[in-house]
Amino acid sequence: MDTNLVRAIVMAGSAIGAGLAMIAGIGPGVGQGYAAGKAAEAVGRQPEAKGDITSTMLFGCAVAESTGIYGLVIALLLLFVDPFGVGKFDF
Amino acid sequence: MNLEIRGPKVLFEIPLLGGIKISETIVHGWLVVLLIGFLCWFLTRNLVTKSPSKRQLVAEKIYFMLTGLVEGVMGKKWTGFTPYIGALFAYSMFGSLISLMGLRSVTGDLSTTGAMAILTSIMVITTNIKTNGVGGWLKGYTQPVALITPINIISEFANPVSMAFRHFGNIAAGIVITGMMYTALASASNLLLGWIPVEFIANIPILQAGLPAVLSIYFDLFTGFLQAYIISMLTMVNVSSAGE
Repeated sequence: MDTNLVRAIVMAGSAIGAGLAMIAGIGPGVGQGYAAGKAAEAVGRQPEAKGDITSTMLFGCAVAESTGIYGLVIALLLLFVDPFGVGKFDF
Repeated sequence: MNLEIRGPKVLFEIPLLGGIKISETIVHGWLVVLLIGFLCWFLTRNLVTKSPSKRQLVAEKIYFMLTGLVEGVMGKKWTGFTPYIGALFAYSMFGSLISLMGLRSVTGDLSTTGAMAILTSIMVITTNIKTNGVGGWLKGYTQPVALITPINIISEFANPVSMAFRHFGNIAAGIVITGMMYTALASASNLLLGWIPVEFIANIPILQAGLPAVLSIYFDLFTGFLQAYIISMLTMVNVSSAGE
């Protein structure tokens, strides 16, 4: 097959794949929003513990974020690292 | 468009053992080490017990915050880990913050964060062996039932991978988004000023002033600090739970 065609197909696939991988961002978005909402409730109930609540929430958020980060790493690999050896995207 | 997203550049090569490649990460990493070393030397000079200087007060504040953090999370038994946690925190934080000086973040490289995560995992295993003995450590994999041993072994490998990816992904995302923002702002200001016939004025990327600072506050300052906190926190939690 024509190499240009192969390259075009692989690149289109990579771009679509990167977009699909970023759907993983939904989960952490929902999760972090929930955590932040609960933290807001907790601060409302107990304003003097604001510092502890905030640091616990940030820690939990950052851990919950990891699935989204996996998606991001896959997207970055597809877009910038050229895993299929067809040459990089030229933006 | 000249959007360039890349890994760390290889700066030079040592012609030894078939060529050791020295990348930006290593050079900037040693810069960070020098910076931290200088800070330590500078802050702990001429310590006195009566009427301390401002410099000493800062050093004491940092020290008490660090020991307080380690004691609060790991408990009194594990204060021996304070120097390592402090070094990890400082290296991770300054390694991310070095991007404020226009250098590529040290932690925006999977090798750096991978090394940190592998160190944590080695510490977890050694602590576990020290407290429970080799037999107890191996037996821990068959808990609560022998059936899930494979899952326990996988999670032993998944833990450092997840730690490394979390830190690397956050910093690398910052690099990518800031790079894209700069390119977008350059072309937007080209649209804005490109009609002016004077070449010099038309090429001023006027929109690049100010706006990226907001992004930089989030991606460089906030994320850098938060990820340093997270990686040291996870290290502390994992190590102290391994020693129970």
